Amino acid sequence: MGRHDDQGRFMMNRLRTRGLTVCVLVVVGLFCLGPVLWQAVTSVKPDQDLVRLPPLFPERVTSVHYDRVLLKSSLPRSLANSMIVATSATVTAIVVGAFCAFALARLPITGKSVILGVALVTSMFPPIAVISPLYLLMRELGLRDTLVAVGLTHAVYSLPLAVWLLTSFFQQLPKELYQAARIDGCTPLQALLTVIFPLARPGLAVAALLVFIFSWNEFMFALTLTASDATRTAPVAVALFPGLYEIPWGDLAAASLVVTLPVAGLALGFQRHIIAGLTAGSVKG
Amino acid sequence: MIRLSERAWGYVFAGPAFVLVSLIALAPIAAALWLSLRQQLPIFGIDEFVGLGNYLQLWGDDRFWAACRTTLYFTTLSVSAELLLGFGFALLLNHLSDGAGKGLRWAHVMIILPWAIPTVVSAQIWAWLYQPDYGLLNYLLVVAGLTEGAIDWLADPDWAIHAAVVMDVWKTTPFAALLLLAGLKTVPQELYAAARVDGAGAWEQFRRITLPMLMPVVVIVLVFRTMDAVRVFDAVFVLTGGGPGNSTETLSIYAYKTLFQTLQFGYGSALATAMFVLAALLSMLYLALLRRHVQGSA
Repeated sequence: MGRHDDQGRFMMNRLRTRGLTVCVLVVVGLFCLGPVLWQAVTSVKPDQDLVRLPPLFPERVTSVHYDRVLLKSSLPRSLANSMIVATSATVTAIVVGAFCAFALARLPITGKSVILGVALVTSMFPPIAVISPLYLLMRELGLRDTLVAVGLTHAVYSLPLAVWLLTSFFQQLPKELYQAARIDGCTPLQALLTVIFPLARPGLAVAALLVFIFSWNEFMFALTLTASDATRTAPVAVALFPGLYEIPWGDLAAASLVVTLPVAGLALGFQRHIIAGLTAGSVKG
Repeated sequence: MIRLSERAWGYVFAGPAFVLVSLIALAPIAAALWLSLRQQLPIFGIDEFVGLGNYLQLWGDDRFWAACRTTLYFTTLSVSAELLLGFGFALLLNHLSDGAGKGLRWAHVMIILPWAIPTVVSAQIWAWLYQPDYGLLNYLLVVAGLTEGAIDWLADPDWAIHAAVVMDVWKTTPFAALLLLAGLKTVPQELYAAARVDGAGAWEQFRRITLPMLMPVVVIVLVFRTMDAVRVFDAVFVLTGGGPGNSTETLSIYAYKTLFQTLQFGYGSALATAMFVLAALLSMLYLALLRRHVQGSA
């Protein structure tokens, strides 16, 4: 009898925990996902349903908004631009950042604290302050209104983050790995390329993900360094979404979701790595 | 084959990063500081050294002080809401993770989405929610009986800044929650067990164990979020463009308009430098608080 009671209480407790879990998840989920889901609903509503509420959910769904932004606007061009910019910014920042981070982590160079201090100030200085000199510089270099200007800027402004993450990552690898490779006759360059970097792949991947997402989402530099549809990145296209008299909310919703898809996919696919990267350092120290 | 010392290799490895940062980041920062000491109006062909003239002009510029107030108001409201809400989320999710690992994974999936969305996109999402005639927010408020007529959130000078705050809170609370959750995981469970033995209640445990242990993470969240909120641009630019009137004009927006609409490169740079000083002062304040806290508990 008593045992039966215990079992019953155990089941009740489990049910209560389960119920609480579901409640918490629903609240957090509504907060986080609600606005995005509404955007998804909007993107499949026919135009006449957009200007009346209720009904909340459309009786029939349409793909007209997606057709319009994907086939009849410059959005695909902007998406391609963003892909080029974010990819090249990521490759540049990771390659340049990884070598620098290794030097900071393991090689006997002087002025390490100066370099880290400079990285800190660079990331603290408001981007709006550098935007006009940067614009003039790009014009001097003949890079105004080019994807190179945007990609290079994104690479440099994400370098502090990449260097910071990778330095702590390299410090966690055993020192002996590098020394052994050197004793075996590798030059430092060979040691890095054949021993260290392959072992550091998880850290490099985390840094690359964060740089890619930063670059894909960045708006202010992309806005000021580009001037035409040919070079506009996706966030700029979404911000300057063309509406003749009224904002085409359905098209805008479709465009928003399309632009979000790549980064949302990366974030969801690699959430554990991203969370590890975001919280690295902040919790340890 | 040239033989280089380890140190020389170090410089070779760090070199490219140094060159790129100097060219694309440090040189523009130096140029901005230099520009802030000059009066530059390309349309009138004016380009002269004015020393601290721009900064003196800032001191007497009502629009600058209004932008400062707006920025500080936005920062205070959004950062404190993000911290409180993020703390709440983190505590809830930490509670979950004690029992069901699956629930936590789902929570991570949901929580990472607002963080990953481009700020510009989230501003457009919220602009649509705020739409006065057929936006979801007004509809829900009327259905719930909280308001009678439609509120034009973004066109009303009193509401507009709060609309921007809400959007910012939605977008960045997940980041705060993630950091705080990671912090909660590092608190040794034995402390709570010991406190329970001593008869401490939930609130007592929170105040005496959780809060002090989490203080460093809280300060890091505060510094990160304050730096971002002080220079907020994308969100407000897309949502209201600084209007109606100048009611949502933050320092970034004012600097942007000064630089790119009226082309006053000198004055705009002085504005931006003032912003940097403000952000640096605030983070130094936080760090001082943290130091005092660490000393106090030691």
